[in-house]
Amino acid sequence: MALELKMPALSPTMEEGTLARWLVKEGDAVKSGDILAEIETDKATMEFEAVDEGTIGKILIAEGSEGVKVGTVIATLTGDEGVSVPAPASGPAKPASAPAPRKAPATEVKPEAKPAPASKPAPGSNMKTVTVREALRDAMAEEMRRDSRVFVMGEEVAEYQGAYKVTQGLLEEFGPKRVIDTPITEYGFAGIGTGAAMGGLRPIVEFMTFNFAMQAIDHIINSAAKTNYMSGGQMRCPVVFRGPNGAATRVGAQHSQNYAPWYASVPGLVVIAPYDASDAKGLLKSAIRSEDPVVFLENELVYGRSFELPEMDDHIIPIGKARIMREGSDVTIVTYSIGVGMALEAAKVLAEEGIEAEVIDLRTLRPLDRAAVLTSLAKTNRMVVAEEGWPTCSIASEIVALCMEQGFDDLDAPVLRVCNEDVPLPYAANLEKIALIDAARIAETVRKVCPRKA
Amino acid sequence: MDALQIAHSAQPRYAASDEELLKFYEQMLLIRRFEERAGQLYGLGLIGGFCHLYIGQEAVAVGLQSALDGARDSVITGYRDHGHMLAYGIDPKVIMAELTGRAAGISQGKGGSMHMFSIEHKFYGGHGIVGAQVSLGAGLAFAHRYREDGGLCMAYFGDGAANQGQVYESFNMAALWKLPIIFVIENNGYAMGTAVKRSSAETHFYRRGAAFRIPGMPVNGMDVLEVRAAANVAVEYVRAGNGPVLLELNTYRYRGHSMSDPAKYRSREEVQEMRDKHDPIDHARDELMKRGMSEDALKDIDKRIRATVSAAADFAENSPEPAPPELYTDVLVESY
Ligand SMILES: Cc1ncc(C[n+]2csc(CCOP(=O)(O)OP(=O)(O)O)c2C)c(N)n1
Ligand SMILES: [Mg+2]
Repeated sequence: MALELKMPALSPTMEEGTLARWLVKEGDAVKSGDILAEIETDKATMEFEAVDEGTIGKILIAEGSEGVKVGTVIATLTGDEGVSVPAPASGPAKPASAPAPRKAPATEVKPEAKPAPASKPAPGSNMKTVTVREALRDAMAEEMRRDSRVFVMGEEVAEYQGAYKVTQGLLEEFGPKRVIDTPITEYGFAGIGTGAAMGGLRPIVEFMTFNFAMQAIDHIINSAAKTNYMSGGQMRCPVVFRGPNGAATRVGAQHSQNYAPWYASVPGLVVIAPYDASDAKGLLKSAIRSEDPVVFLENELVYGRSFELPEMDDHIIPIGKARIMREGSDVTIVTYSIGVGMALEAAKVLAEEGIEAEVIDLRTLRPLDRAAVLTSLAKTNRMVVAEEGWPTCSIASEIVALCMEQGFDDLDAPVLRVCNEDVPLPYAANLEKIALIDAARIAETVRKVCPRKA
Repeated sequence: MDALQIAHSAQPRYAASDEELLKFYEQMLLIRRFEERAGQLYGLGLIGGFCHLYIGQEAVAVGLQSALDGARDSVITGYRDHGHMLAYGIDPKVIMAELTGRAAGISQGKGGSMHMFSIEHKFYGGHGIVGAQVSLGAGLAFAHRYREDGGLCMAYFGDGAANQGQVYESFNMAALWKLPIIFVIENNGYAMGTAVKRSSAETHFYRRGAAFRIPGMPVNGMDVLEVRAAANVAVEYVRAGNGPVLLELNTYRYRGHSMSDPAKYRSREEVQEMRDKHDPIDHARDELMKRGMSEDALKDIDKRIRATVSAAADFAENSPEPAPPELYTDVLVESY
């Protein structure tokens, strides 16, 4: 009796992957626990383990095949009493000969509906499609080529190629002097990075996620942000702290927090939270060149999304400038990071109902582009702020305050916030979904401030 | 005993020339007189906030810093920082003016006693968070090694700071990456009101690097020549690319932790005993006299230093406060 071996999902959100390597061939006898194949996604490599005993019948998907959908039959197994299909092994895959990722992080990126590129390319410039992950890596690589003072340090950034593969290939190009694996000591290495910046270097300090940077927040704020001021402008600290921020998927409360409001509240820091690949690249390059300490907040769920990016020698986006992602005349949705994709989706739905929403991506959260917010408010007279984060003391509350203080005369309706629920993020899939903002909630909130069109 | 301790015990005291000893004496005396004056200005309300005096610990900064190469080595410390700056030859006027919060202060009046810096002298602060300077110092050492400039970093911290977690995170990375850094624990017996034995399971701080294979040396921090001899051993070891060294400087602060101190956690006799029998300045002075220096010459030096300190105090009292628009400068370097 033949059993079908199906393409496994390495995480609840994985839809497809690459069948990197077969470790068995047709006719091989296998027993439970044997490694059959290596499966790769854009982020992780996992071993695919046999659950049953038997003999490999036909191999249906050749190794190296990309885009294999979860559930596709990849081989057959003949056995005595077949039971179930193999499951992905929980252990780390063996490293390949080239430095390759060894272990999958807990979650997987799901490329969502691909939003259209926001900014139109300059006439004549070629566009290429890249993921946010690649854009970030390219930004670091380009700046490292340009300036020998730039180096990157953090947990698993070198040999492992980045816990989320953002630093992939950097070790190979720049070597261990400039791509430095640290021990798991956030407070210590954030201090070392900060001190190195004070000593004249240009460190990029990667946090595996910003949840772990709470152990390092003392150096980010007390050492990096305040020293230039306290020294009367003598002692600069051009360091970039970067890494994924905000909710991922099903990783629970301790791994799912948006720290943007925390850092954006601190004078002396620049805080950036890009959405698409073009901004990820252009703003990270600006951050690395900045003389100021920068907190650069990425989003794990966006890493795998692809966007068009103009092919340019030096793609730089200025810090401190918001952008209009979609023009509209009825209402403004102010947002940033992953919220931009949701806001654009909401705007599309609303357009079908006759509500034209303008979507503003803040991009930089400190210094905040107040003028962009107020200008749009003056145009639409209605505003909703969408933020993947808690509502209390948030960027959203800051925007609301700004509108009250400086845009009051332009307001035709109260400014509303649409944020995550005010609870630690739960694990259960249904509860998690309820806790996080989405396009539907943004659209619903917009309807509240817009008069019904006939 | 490891190799560094053996090397130190082979020559426990530095064979200073008369001029060198005189220079050490003058520097220590400058710190003492400066701090006494700062204490007075505090009493007059001219200095505010926290002000931590270095009186009693002068031999540490003077002895150690004399072994450094000012052109390439960097120094970092905590909030008890006036002495280190003076030992580096930074103008007492701009230090005192910072204490009084004036525009002419080294941080333009925006840092205060605990937050002073001089990039020109490779003095990187002046940090108010207990233990932060240890990781930051490891970062400075990282930069020396990265640039291959031959420099090393000297990072000072207290016996209290030595219990901070980030200290050990930094020890680990400094040893792992063989960073050129000398960790200096100034063990003055107390962290505010907490005696070492009440806070520390291992009170021999020079052993605190053992788990990271960092060689340690206990040093009598009340004798400037012993301090200098130990510094030479440490500098040579670190400069040769062997990685960090940990020095424990046993010393004592005569004054309170900061200007407000209940003085209840130790006895008057204990303080008096240190002052009478172990004072580093008296010690150097006796030695100078033994070498034939006259009492008059020493009096002249004291007079000259008092004049320098008075000039600094006058400057600090009379120079203007920062202009109100300065409130908004230097928050960020660039404009966006
Ligand atoms: C992280 C932190 N905790 C507490 C304090 C308050 N504080 C300032 S100095 C000090 C005692 C430190 O003692 P020690 O390290 O021995 O240095 P000393 O004052 O003796 O030079 C404390 C608790 C602080 N500044 N930073
Ligand atoms: Mg102490």
